[in-house]
Amino acid sequence: MPIEAHNEGPIHTTAPVAPGLTFASVTDKISSIVLKRKTPVGWFIGFAISFVLFQLLLLTITKLLFEGIGLWGVNIPVAWGMDILNFVWWIGIGHAGTLISAILLLLRQQWRTSINRFAEAMTLFAVAQAGMYPLMHLGRPWLAYWLFPYPNTMGIWPQFRSPLMWDVFAVSTYATVSAIFWFVGLIPDFATLRDRARSKPFQIVYGMLAMGWRGSARHWHRYEMAYLLLAGLATPLVLSVHTIVSLDFAVGIIPGWHATIFPPYFVAGAIYAGFAMVLLLTIPLRKVYGLESFITMRHMHNMAKVMLATGLIVGYGYIIEAFFGWYSGNRYERYMIWNRMHGPYAYYYWALILCNIITPQFLWIKKIRSNLLVLWLISIVVSIGMWLERFVIVVTSLHRDFLPSSWGMYQPSTWDWTMFIGTIGFFFTLLFLFLRFLPMISIFEMRTILPGAEVEE
Amino acid sequence: MAEDDNNEPWEHDLEDPEPFHHEASGSSHGRGRGTPALYGVMAEFDNPSVLVAAARRTYQEGYRRINGYSPYPIEELSEAIGFKGMTLPLIVLIGGIVGGLGGFFMQYWMEVINYPLNVGGKPYNSWPAFIPITFECTVLCAAFAAVLGMLMLNKLPQPYHPVFNAPNFALATRDRFFLVIEANDPKFIHREVLQFMGTLGARDVSDVEV
Repeated sequence: MPIEAHNEGPIHTTAPVAPGLTFASVTDKISSIVLKRKTPVGWFIGFAISFVLFQLLLLTITKLLFEGIGLWGVNIPVAWGMDILNFVWWIGIGHAGTLISAILLLLRQQWRTSINRFAEAMTLFAVAQAGMYPLMHLGRPWLAYWLFPYPNTMGIWPQFRSPLMWDVFAVSTYATVSAIFWFVGLIPDFATLRDRARSKPFQIVYGMLAMGWRGSARHWHRYEMAYLLLAGLATPLVLSVHTIVSLDFAVGIIPGWHATIFPPYFVAGAIYAGFAMVLLLTIPLRKVYGLESFITMRHMHNMAKVMLATGLIVGYGYIIEAFFGWYSGNRYERYMIWNRMHGPYAYYYWALILCNIITPQFLWIKKIRSNLLVLWLISIVVSIGMWLERFVIVVTSLHRDFLPSSWGMYQPSTWDWTMFIGTIGFFFTLLFLFLRFLPMISIFEMRTILPGAEVEE
Repeated sequence: MAEDDNNEPWEHDLEDPEPFHHEASGSSHGRGRGTPALYGVMAEFDNPSVLVAAARRTYQEGYRRINGYSPYPIEELSEAIGFKGMTLPLIVLIGGIVGGLGGFFMQYWMEVINYPLNVGGKPYNSWPAFIPITFECTVLCAAFAAVLGMLMLNKLPQPYHPVFNAPNFALATRDRFFLVIEANDPKFIHREVLQFMGTLGARDVSDVEV
């Protein structure tokens, strides 16, 4: 993978993009990736690999529908294994996209403009993977519609006091709102592509998607308002989603789960994992497509700093968990923490500390933040670390609870792994299609931050 | 200027291509019989500052059925053409309230009235447990209200619009800026408008046909 391992010039400039860009050059450069430029060979290779892995997912799901979830390694006492931890992992990754697109918009962080479209796409595709896990974990996924309150011949309703029901509403609302937010952001860019496309099918498809957008001042006025309001709605939404995900655990009375620290600790972890994934993807991407003038070193530094800050919050969460285990005076809580650190899964716990707490400390050093190869490797380590975190939370609490006679061990089966690798394949399949057919950087928002965009009185 | 404070579409249709019955008036303004109906006159600009200055002047000149077109949102432009449009936030507010009340009372009705079920001795109306779903419903309805409200007020989707006929209009999604005075403006006299727009610093002025 072509990754540059040296500093790319000055980073502390005030402009969010490289100098010398104009409305025309920004438009042409970004739209040409979709419309004119030859698709890089790397795209075909990457897409082919992802697509093959995606087949692994379809195979697993098919087998799962025939045989039931016994296919996975889950059993009593660990009934929530890889499926729930992967659900949390994927949905956490998605949260960085919403943070970048909504929260940074409200905070007027102009640098977000270069990466928000891409990050939102990542959100959407990650949530698609996340949603599959609880669905398949239902055991009879074809009855998933029972989760929604619809008038039925059984005459009963869902149990709204359960966090699992909250989860259904939170995740489906999140997926829907992310999708429409993304689509609304794309409308003016569809119009740009419609007007640039040379071939008839592209003109027709982009034309239909653009819905007749023509850049009218009245339209822009309402559009901006709608976009801002959506950002304002998405901000509390993203916090609520991961809060509710954490309540799936915290409302239960299992040792190690029943803690008030869970919501903020989960939200910080989600953003941490999400920024790691954004870095993981943008570092090779900007190189392959030559987007260094749009996604500058300043973006890399900012993302690395967000990763460091959220990593420290997550570290605080681990400390409080351990402290709470001791301070609670509850023997089960104490045993749970002891078991995490010294029990059969201790190596997961210490690997987690190494990945999530120790590794990101290197980001304090500016030289390391400037070295894209190292930054990329740190992002991988953090992504693995966040996966380990969910493994530790889900498995170590469940496998030894109150009664030693009910203790057990959990080992993911081969099909757990094919499902996980399959979702990674599906994620990248969608991502490659996105890169090929949609503008990966928001063109109209890039125009607004160019030097010539300000109206001089 | 009360009439300009609320020029949302139902007040007077500023963007609708239908109500242009000026085929006859077109000829009275000096265009020959048999020429296609005129939508308006469009000026083309190179940069946003000139466009906004031109829009301000056009508004001061007394033209009201005017519109600007730009590749990205320009706050000053909608101000310059006298557009305030504050309907959308109201629609979103209503959407949010409907979603919130709907979400809560849906749960209340199901759990308290229609099928009260004792779950672990909790009260039928366990309102704190109903809050997360109430919140999600609020956000969902408000978000749909924002998107659908925006599209509805903008009258999108609308595949055809006369301005697409203007020369170089494809550049309105790249780096060109446009200002149009519509033919159904009460002050619209074709020759005068052409002359006036010539003084705005435009790189080109042209007729736009319906």
